[in-house]
Amino acid sequence: MKTRKIKDAILMTMIIISSFITVGILTWILIYVVANGIGKINWEFLSTAPKGFNEGGIFPMIITTIYIVLLSILISTPIGVCAAIYLVEYAKQGKIVRIIRFATESLSGIPSIIFGLFGYLFFVNQIGWKYSILSGAMTLSIMVLPTIIRTTEESLKAVPNSYREGSLGLGASKLKTIIKVILPSAISGIITSIILSIGRIVGETAAVYFTAGFAPRMAKSIMDSSRTLSVHMYVLTKEGDFDKGFATATVLIIVVLIINFMANFMSKKFNKTRM
Amino acid sequence: MSIKEVGLPIFLNKINLKKKENQKKKIKGKEILEKITEKIFLLCAFMSVLSVAMITIFIFVKGSPAIFKIGIFKFILGTKWNPEAEIFGILPMILGSLYATLGAIIIGVPVGILTAVFIAEIAPKWLVNIIKPAVELLAGIPSVVYGFFGLLTIVPLISKNFGGPGNSLLAVCIILGIMILPTIISISENSIRAVPKEYKEGSLAMGASRIQTIFKVILPASKSGIMAGIVLGIGRAIGETMAVILISGNAAIIPKSILKPIRTLTANVALEMGYAFGLAEEALFATGVILFIFIIILNIILNILTHKVGE
Repeated sequence: MKTRKIKDAILMTMIIISSFITVGILTWILIYVVANGIGKINWEFLSTAPKGFNEGGIFPMIITTIYIVLLSILISTPIGVCAAIYLVEYAKQGKIVRIIRFATESLSGIPSIIFGLFGYLFFVNQIGWKYSILSGAMTLSIMVLPTIIRTTEESLKAVPNSYREGSLGLGASKLKTIIKVILPSAISGIITSIILSIGRIVGETAAVYFTAGFAPRMAKSIMDSSRTLSVHMYVLTKEGDFDKGFATATVLIIVVLIINFMANFMSKKFNKTRM
Repeated sequence: MSIKEVGLPIFLNKINLKKKENQKKKIKGKEILEKITEKIFLLCAFMSVLSVAMITIFIFVKGSPAIFKIGIFKFILGTKWNPEAEIFGILPMILGSLYATLGAIIIGVPVGILTAVFIAEIAPKWLVNIIKPAVELLAGIPSVVYGFFGLLTIVPLISKNFGGPGNSLLAVCIILGIMILPTIISISENSIRAVPKEYKEGSLAMGASRIQTIFKVILPASKSGIMAGIVLGIGRAIGETMAVILISGNAAIIPKSILKPIRTLTANVALEMGYAFGLAEEALFATGVILFIFIIILNIILNILTHKVGE
């Protein structure tokens, strides 16, 4: 009996220590990066281009990141949402659905460097878009497709069947039911999927590095090569410019914090409307 | 009866007929629209199939020729990587990836599972409300920030305590161990929560303690879900690139100890791409093929595991 109690106590301690490690590591990373970086962020850093070896700021990278996020979301959201609509509203269980689901699952398991390699071989070389924002955005929109499909699917499944029956019973067509009834009630889930995808795009390095390239300049068009914040962060670290690295890392962490907060807010709203 | 009186109903009838025809046309038009949109939705759903097929084809078509040019065994079992001398052996990178992943699992899995147990079974709700967002945030931090953090904290720590430059297998294992935590925690937590209440109640009623119930009943019952989490974690660890490059030292040599630098498969692809050409570039694509084969194997294992969960 006594040994059992001791055993229990040891295991309990291990559980608590593990949880402490998890939260502790996050706190360490956040404090370490932000404490060293926040003092180096000022208006000049955010609004100027890099100059010389380690002068200037990150303005072009912010713009490129916004371009790539917008373009990727613009491409992948309609496709992902329509795919989810098909899977939830139209598809009958069968071979086709199984193949689509298997492909979507596989797609989410492919590491970003493979996406980078594919983007480099296909968009950059084969199609001939060179290193460009468009090549990067196309590659990333394939990468976030599973996130959008899966999250949208969840929110479509959460729409009560009585809504569908009610609308169809009133004589609305299936398409009208989807557009007027189902999509509006699933909208917060869809927005959550977009926010999650934005987070993934902002944090991505390997896949953009080999498709959008790493030119440290302002992109003139979407056919121009330029680097995102994460790619800039990687180059800074490789070059050993840790001061700018801390500041850029802090910006990235703040963006991630905002995105996580928004995703949580939306999914809470989503849960509320479901009830 | 005047012509007017006879003609009117006929006239009205004609109008009615026309209306009906129009309605029919409208309904037909609507049906066609419905059919077309359904096909568009199906087409969108097939985009992921198309993408996976294209990615697989492109990687294999561009990567495999180099493997045969170099020779399968020379490529996979060769211990030297020297593109300038046209020597392409990737055994050091295969082992580098495997060691790094193994180390990440040893560090990340116990901590991850125990944290999941804490969240699902032990922690009061207010504490769960703190830890869960923390885990989500851990998942959201960009990998390059992990690499940066590792380079400035873990690497100097290793160098100070064990000597050497600090860029090492150990540093990679620690950072990858941290990076796979969110995956393992959230999937283990879900599968622990999915264990039927009766199991727990039964065990407690038989006089088992809370901890005994967790380790003897709940964890065994959620085994396949936790395994799926571990496999996903392995996938994330073996596929990680930028964080690894920053802290691994990138020497293409089989590491003799945990404190020696390593180069992973992913790093091998990323480090030289864009600069290499000819056979050297093809050898990088070929490295991608080997990495891709690892990922396919993991996907198959994952599929088997998740189907088990379904049962």
